[in-house]
Amino acid sequence: MVLALTGQRDSAREVNVAFSLGTFVATCVLTVEVISGGPLFAWSREFYIDPLNVFLVTLTAFVGLTTAVFSRPYMRVEHDHGKMTPNRMRLYHSMYQLFSFTMLIALTTNNLGILWVAMEAATLTTVLLVSVYRTPASLEAAWKYFILCGVGIAQALFGTVLLYMAAEKVIGIEGGALLWTNLDAVKARLDPSIITLAFAFLFIGYGTKVGLVPMHNWLPDAHAEGPTPVSAVLSGLLLNVAVYALLRCKVLTDGALQSHLAGQLMMAFGLLSVVVAAFFLSRQKDVKRMFAYSSIEHMGLITFAFGMGGPIANYAGLLHMTVHSLIKSGIFFAVGHATQKAGTQNMADIRGLIKVSPTVGWGLMLGSLAILGMPPFGVFASEFLILTTAMREQPWATPFLLLALGVAFASVFSRVQPMVFGDTSVKPLRHPPALVPVFAHLGLGLMLGLYIPPYLDAWYRQAAQMIGG
Amino acid sequence: MTELVGQLINLLAAILLMLSFAMISQRRILSLIHLFTAQGMTLVAATVLVGYATHQPHLYVSAGITLALKVILIPLLLYRVINRLDVRWDVETLINIPMTMVIGIALVIFAFNLALPISKLSVSVARGTLGIALACVLLSFMMMITRSKAVPQVIGFLSMENGLFFAATSATYGMPMVVELGIALDVLVGILILGVFMFHIREEFDSLDISHLEKLKED
Repeated sequence: MVLALTGQRDSAREVNVAFSLGTFVATCVLTVEVISGGPLFAWSREFYIDPLNVFLVTLTAFVGLTTAVFSRPYMRVEHDHGKMTPNRMRLYHSMYQLFSFTMLIALTTNNLGILWVAMEAATLTTVLLVSVYRTPASLEAAWKYFILCGVGIAQALFGTVLLYMAAEKVIGIEGGALLWTNLDAVKARLDPSIITLAFAFLFIGYGTKVGLVPMHNWLPDAHAEGPTPVSAVLSGLLLNVAVYALLRCKVLTDGALQSHLAGQLMMAFGLLSVVVAAFFLSRQKDVKRMFAYSSIEHMGLITFAFGMGGPIANYAGLLHMTVHSLIKSGIFFAVGHATQKAGTQNMADIRGLIKVSPTVGWGLMLGSLAILGMPPFGVFASEFLILTTAMREQPWATPFLLLALGVAFASVFSRVQPMVFGDTSVKPLRHPPALVPVFAHLGLGLMLGLYIPPYLDAWYRQAAQMIGG
Repeated sequence: MTELVGQLINLLAAILLMLSFAMISQRRILSLIHLFTAQGMTLVAATVLVGYATHQPHLYVSAGITLALKVILIPLLLYRVINRLDVRWDVETLINIPMTMVIGIALVIFAFNLALPISKLSVSVARGTLGIALACVLLSFMMMITRSKAVPQVIGFLSMENGLFFAATSATYGMPMVVELGIALDVLVGILILGVFMFHIREEFDSLDISHLEKLKED
């Protein structure tokens, strides 16, 4: 299985890439199996793969692979700048692998308790990754990240305890009352009052991790101060995994409550995130911070979509998860090269990328256009679906969404434009940047915007069906 | 017999709550660690009792883990950290102590009300204690907010974990074994990382005062 392939101690960049490649290949095999053979169990039903998580598993492994490819030249440059010592390099690589490993466990496990444990472990590894430079700012970001997410995720544990308590009465102690498949089977008989409280705690807990607005404080700091490959995986993958955890809980809650409470909560907080993040976007000076806020905005949009429920909104939410994580990590790759060239993350000082390195410049430009929802890219398709569904089902929310998307467009575009086309006098770096990942991601994002292959389409539909509404 | 055990568990729960209050009113770091150890011990006793009353052998195992981790290992680690860093005092709290006590009482009432409908449904012997567990979680949460130094924040974090663990034992018969092991591992790794962090923060900022950590603000 996937798990056997993830090593822990490797000091070389190449090994890092190789391991990620191995994981990716393994997940591809797994995907093919699930598509042809239906849901799979492993290890006495502790692991469970169904259409919903298998697509996230593949996505995670793919972005993990490209990020490893990207981080090779990136880390080489950091090493030359003296920011990374060999020890830190080793820490970075082992934590990187451990991080992908915990994310894969979180995605594939059938046990909601293990899901929590894996999420917490992913938090711990990323805390180390964020603080890898050991600068005051990165320590501060990591401490904040640890405390906020630690507290948040402790709430999720309380929610899990309550869920277990409700399940135990129906299933009994021996029956594996935390296994999601068992819970799903009996969800209509779970006690509504316990489940309401449990979902409230789970929502606060995993919502912190998703970066929903009142609990979003850690996210921009962690993204801005960590190494750029880490920002890419945080934004592209970890947030997705948190959304996935939330979704699993939502399915159970909907089944138990026979009401739309979970969806309403998700819509409210999702909408709030979209609007608040859009306005914060316009005030940022640091390029990575800006794109971190853009992640909050998109996560809000995704949460909103799943909150609306129904086959179309779920479909759009899943599609948006995919394209967001592809394009956002692509942007972070481009931003990583750009900041290394300019030697700063301050947007006012990054100018004229198109002259220094046309490919990085174009990558950043196209990526930004893509993430802002310009037509040929996939984000447009999913945002369009979300908006039209919102118009039909929740018309009150549409003006807010449109306003937020407009503000986001204006603020991001006006900043990226001078960064790419302005005047500059910076010399190129010694190591050639890894641009394959940037364009691979953008290309995939483009493809998903123009044409979704039928098997992928069927897969999304199946998953959307599962989430229900 | 079960009656007696139930009473004992309620007593232990009350002690746990008392200890939580003692923690928020305590200014000295060393005493905080002592209180944390006492809290761990109470937790072990409660877990063993529930295990005995319900004939759940795996609760003994989890009591053992708690004993090793929260009564022995983590306090030792914390002692070493404060010795090496030479911080004994924690005079400042962000709100004064009587005020925190009043807020604490309000929190407890809130927690009891929240847990009331649910604890009626619990099947465990310790059903009355879910409210107390929730109250402990909220109190530790408040402790983390009101303290400005790193070590008390960490102790608050750990004591919150204690509250959660107590909730798991009182609301159900404890979580499944795999999950409990995983949680214990996470806590251990977390505390190690935090310990290392304290040294780094000390190096970079010359102090363990978290209020130095506010450069990353929205401007």
